[in-house]
Amino acid sequence: MGVSDTYSRGRDLAVERPGALVVGVVGMLLLLDLIRRLATGVLDPSQFATYVWTGLVIGLVYGLAGIGLSLTYSILNFANFAHGEYVTTGAFSGWAVAYVVAGAGAADLGSRLLVQAAPGAIEASITSTPVAIVLGLVAAMVLAVALSLVLDRVVYKPMRGQEGISLLIASIGVAFALRYLLSFVFGNSTRGVTGGTVKTTIGGVVLNAHDVTLVVIALVLMLGVHLVLQTTKLGKAMRAMADNEDLARVTGIPTERVIRWTWIIGGGLAGAAGYLVVLKRGTIAFDFGWILLLLIFAAVILGGIGSVYGAMLGGVLIGIAENVSLVWLSGPWTDFTTPVAFGLMILILLFRPEGIFGGVSTA
Amino acid sequence: MSTDTESESGRFGLGKTGTDLALMIGMMLALYVVFAGVGMVLGFPLFGIVNLVRELTFFVAVYAIVALALNLHWGYAGLFNIGVAGFMAVGAYALGLLSGSPAGSPPGLGLPLFLGVPLGMGVAALVGLVAALPALRLKADYLAIVTIALAEIIRLTFVSRAFEDITGGAAGFGNFPANPANTLLLTDPSSLASDPTAVGGVVFGLFESIGIASPKVAIDSTYAVMLLLVVALVYVFLRRLGNSPFGRVLKAIREDELVAQSLGKDTNRFKIKVFMVGCALMGLGGMLWQALGTGSVNPTNNFLPQITFYIFIAVIIGGAGSNTGSVLGAGLFAGVLFLLPSYVDNLVNSLNLLQNTTTPQTFIDAVAPVASLELAPFFAYALGNIDQLRFVLIGVLLVWLMQNRPDGLLGHRQEPAASVDLMRRTSGSKPPRGEPAADGGESDE
Repeated sequence: MGVSDTYSRGRDLAVERPGALVVGVVGMLLLLDLIRRLATGVLDPSQFATYVWTGLVIGLVYGLAGIGLSLTYSILNFANFAHGEYVTTGAFSGWAVAYVVAGAGAADLGSRLLVQAAPGAIEASITSTPVAIVLGLVAAMVLAVALSLVLDRVVYKPMRGQEGISLLIASIGVAFALRYLLSFVFGNSTRGVTGGTVKTTIGGVVLNAHDVTLVVIALVLMLGVHLVLQTTKLGKAMRAMADNEDLARVTGIPTERVIRWTWIIGGGLAGAAGYLVVLKRGTIAFDFGWILLLLIFAAVILGGIGSVYGAMLGGVLIGIAENVSLVWLSGPWTDFTTPVAFGLMILILLFRPEGIFGGVSTA
Repeated sequence: MSTDTESESGRFGLGKTGTDLALMIGMMLALYVVFAGVGMVLGFPLFGIVNLVRELTFFVAVYAIVALALNLHWGYAGLFNIGVAGFMAVGAYALGLLSGSPAGSPPGLGLPLFLGVPLGMGVAALVGLVAALPALRLKADYLAIVTIALAEIIRLTFVSRAFEDITGGAAGFGNFPANPANTLLLTDPSSLASDPTAVGGVVFGLFESIGIASPKVAIDSTYAVMLLLVVALVYVFLRRLGNSPFGRVLKAIREDELVAQSLGKDTNRFKIKVFMVGCALMGLGGMLWQALGTGSVNPTNNFLPQITFYIFIAVIIGGAGSNTGSVLGAGLFAGVLFLLPSYVDNLVNSLNLLQNTTTPQTFIDAVAPVASLELAPFFAYALGNIDQLRFVLIGVLLVWLMQNRPDGLLGHRQEPAASVDLMRRTSGSKPPRGEPAADGGESDE
């Protein structure tokens, strides 16, 4: 490709999509400013590394939860607004089990099942009660899967073939019912859940054992999804269905079974994400999944809705963008990290609605 | 008019006005009877019952205004906007900033209300314009995500510390102009103790004659009645808009955008316009509800995405595409689903149905006795948490509606094909029914 080619393409872009050009230029300026700040010492490199690390940790949660959202979008053709509640349900069920195991003797069974205990009574952490944490993770995934399958049977299966908006509205109903059912059972207080854990400092960045656990588990799960998609028959069938459902059915792909597996994978990862985000933050509340949902959507859209790898990468990018924006947002402006993430999502939709992994479905 | 013509025009959907009016009035009366009944069972004094009915009227009216606006977007043009709360917030804040007292905190510009309201609606329409741009190139569910994200950006901006001096930040905006009912009834709108105006004298006298001496109840009731008038205005406006050529293009876009385009309609311009009109009305709803109705806004609570969904549920219950349905849905949602459950607890207690069972503190304490067939603690717990259960019920209802009655009560009714009564000629001296007009109707253009 010659220089003139690049030049004329640039000119076409400037004429046809001036908005995209402006966004690109602003992005470039921000990047140059970031380099300037780092070079001149205005921004401490270890501070910057901390932003990136925090963003990576939370971004992996967005990515993990986003996989399910992306899968249901591409295979069932609707935006599932109840996905945030799958995250919360996974978190509560997982932590209930973790508390039952970790807190035997420290508090009565009832309060442990409700993930409630006096502050400091149950110091659950990956270093002091590793077995409880791992069992909790498994329980979170299993129960979120069970929930996804039951809801699919009761709510979405009778509506197969209806247009996306009807399903979207039904999912809003599911979200309401689930969120307030959680509040009914577990109460509506925000409470601390985890105890302190081991920390080390590498290159000025404080690494917390819980954050590291989150990163390791999230990466392992993502690798698992990759292997399922690329090496199994199921993965092939899923990709085929995302591409063209009718064609897939004609070719003999058992679509209902693929849909079931979609919910199993998506629900399980959402449950894990919810459990892990509580491990990182240390607090739990009945509506935290709902609050995360828009950020998960942002991640999925950034990566390209329907693309699993896009969801993973989009999650990490949204998480990092949210935190790195603190380089420019200071004082009262730190309230704007979430609007920055949403704004980024809107820009992507305006200028590249197909996302980073544009047009690719599922694979 | 002969009965024949009436039924004839009814069949063509143009004589619905009477039925629609009867439906809406009937629903309000039924709600009034239910709420007054609840008040009586609870042993409220007349003052309390009037206040209950006043509260009901207020909520039905404000829900109806916003539901009508949403119906314009979704029911008419098929634009799936789930950022309603954001546009309401823009309207409410714009009114505060434009018409709030300059001496108050946060300060406003002190413009009179008759300027502040239309200007505020204009601001909401402009924000709508910004939101409409993605509407042009995005599929429905992408538009949904963009609008809800935009609404959250708006809310988080109002609540942020960076704009605290202008918007009041997390504490909310508390400097709104006096409610128009105050201005109408009192010589000094800001003081309940001031002398009544001429109108005020009559209204206060009316309330005193039935034994209610509180000016507050009289003023709030007047405001609720004013809101009903606004609902009527918005209803008539949207009905006329829907039957105008503009409205018929919108319905065409909803049904099949490609067809509308191939008929030479610039569908994008129609979408932008309708988005702006609807957003202006949502802004109006925000003003009447959160700014003038409650006197202060707390963006952390009042403009959460939930409120958008409540309004959606109202529209869905009534049936998207029907203005009458939106009003009915607003009444059923605000009255039956939103307000009524909060009195169930009181009702059960006043009738002593649970024989003074102590309410368990946690779900486990409530469920454990069920094993020994003691259900009372569980019911007591459920009643104590009726707020949460109400939302569970709303969610389940939404799913049920989408599965079984996606068109709601009145959705997708037969739409008139023309804005004039097609049957008008049959009642005149024109060709009798059953025979085509020889000249093809009017002269050709």
